[in-house]
Amino acid sequence: MLKITDLKCYYGRIQAVKGITLSVGPGEVVSLIGANGSGKSTVLQAVCGLLQRWEGTILFQGSSVKGLNPPEIVRRGISLVPEGRMIFAPLSVLDNLKLGAYSRSRKNPKSNFEEDLEKALTLFPVLRERINQPAGTLSGGEQQMLAVSRALMARPSMLLLDEPCMGLAPMMVNKILDTIALLKSRGMTILLVEQNARAALQIADRGYVLETGKMVYEGRAADLLADPAITNAYLGIAATPKMKPETAAASLGLTF
Amino acid sequence: MQELLQYIFSGLTNGAIYAVIALGFSILYGATRLINFAHGEFVMLGALGLITLWQGLKIPLAIALVLAVLGVALIGFLFERLAIRTVSRPEPIVLIIITVGASIFLRGVGMLVWGKDAHSAPAFFSFAPIDVMGAKLLAQSIWILVVVVALTFALHAFFKKTLVGKAMTAASISKKAAWLTGIPYEWMILLAFVLSTATGAVAGVIITPITMCSYDMGTLLGLKGFCSAMLGGLGSLWGALAGGIVLGVLESLGAGFLSSGYKDAIAFGLLLAILYIRPSGIFGAKDLHRF
Repeated sequence: MLKITDLKCYYGRIQAVKGITLSVGPGEVVSLIGANGSGKSTVLQAVCGLLQRWEGTILFQGSSVKGLNPPEIVRRGISLVPEGRMIFAPLSVLDNLKLGAYSRSRKNPKSNFEEDLEKALTLFPVLRERINQPAGTLSGGEQQMLAVSRALMARPSMLLLDEPCMGLAPMMVNKILDTIALLKSRGMTILLVEQNARAALQIADRGYVLETGKMVYEGRAADLLADPAITNAYLGIAATPKMKPETAAASLGLTF
Repeated sequence: MQELLQYIFSGLTNGAIYAVIALGFSILYGATRLINFAHGEFVMLGALGLITLWQGLKIPLAIALVLAVLGVALIGFLFERLAIRTVSRPEPIVLIIITVGASIFLRGVGMLVWGKDAHSAPAFFSFAPIDVMGAKLLAQSIWILVVVVALTFALHAFFKKTLVGKAMTAASISKKAAWLTGIPYEWMILLAFVLSTATGAVAGVIITPITMCSYDMGTLLGLKGFCSAMLGGLGSLWGALAGGIVLGVLESLGAGFLSSGYKDAIAFGLLLAILYIRPSGIFGAKDLHRF
């Protein structure tokens, strides 16, 4: 569905992504993990049209997205839930959702908006309670739910999620992860960028590991989770209770 | 009492004009954070355009009004497309200087087309002035007030009730978020320019019967409109309305009771005062730098 080949991205003269290749098949959830500044978000920005300076090819459903601006890419069927949520804070929850459907309601004013709204509110019942509140008054987790719903209102065939769990309470993190799993079970194709690598791999089919702009590992999510090299480098010991004490100590630089 | 009332009536009329001009500033600022210093020239184009269409070409008033406003909106469209969109580094200072350049250019065009002489038009309706406790209220003044309030309500409804209006608000909140939501940001900017210049033309056409219109009328009107917009809080529609009325009435009272020589000084003194005391205006958000 999405096929990225030899992607190189630039910020001015700095090369942030140094030739990566990645693919996401229909209905697949793929996690892109890596440390801060490894270029994960940059890849998403190139796909959704925010970043224009890149080389290589990005094919979505067989056609290139080069030179398209973000609204055109939304109309092609890719929606990004941006890092930091970027909801329209002064507008009501309902207005945020209406604007999510903007790209298709302009063409076809009665394009089942009510039906999609109902779906979104069933997915996140808390939004129904807050439907007329300004979006800025929502909690962080609720804002994230709104951001995901707003993206879904465009009826994308693929969803890009940039750090959806960042800065959320653990309960909210679980809620967001459950939602991603639910969307997957409904056949949504998802490319997920997440700092919380363990969680991201647990719900993904496949995973890619990015390090300073280069792809260092790729494989089935389960294999990546089982690979000690990756668990040590990216998943942290706190989240790996099954790790042997010696290994844990070694990764902390302790010796017995 | 009669004198006071007369000053207030004339202040309300002028204030209503300032308010319509301020609406134009606010619409554009709300969407783009840009002050269009050529806005007054669009008022001039509306006024002189109407005089040519109505008095020169003998087109019926109603049609001439619509044509004048649409014509100016078209010029606003071209202005955005040719002068604003094409800028390779769209930084605020660059864009503002472009609008200053456009104002000089449009004034020059106005002088070439309409000459240096002032023009005027008869009243739209031939009603006798209404007598209120000895003070005279012109029919045209009532008409202007009605148009201003109706325009403010209409714009308010557009921004609060329609999807396109909300999308414009969204675009003004964050370009990136609007883009990612699938809102064509460029179209929203273009629409803001067209709406803003069209309201400028509305201000121009409704004042033709009560003022002398010439190619350079836009400069002072534009500045007064800008004062009103600042006074009310840039970006706020109701603020523009209130700012315009307050400025018009204060100006008129000052001119009447002190000296007519102070008329413009009052406007700009007020602008300085508001910039010192409350830069965000009466109705403006506390924080001017939202993003």
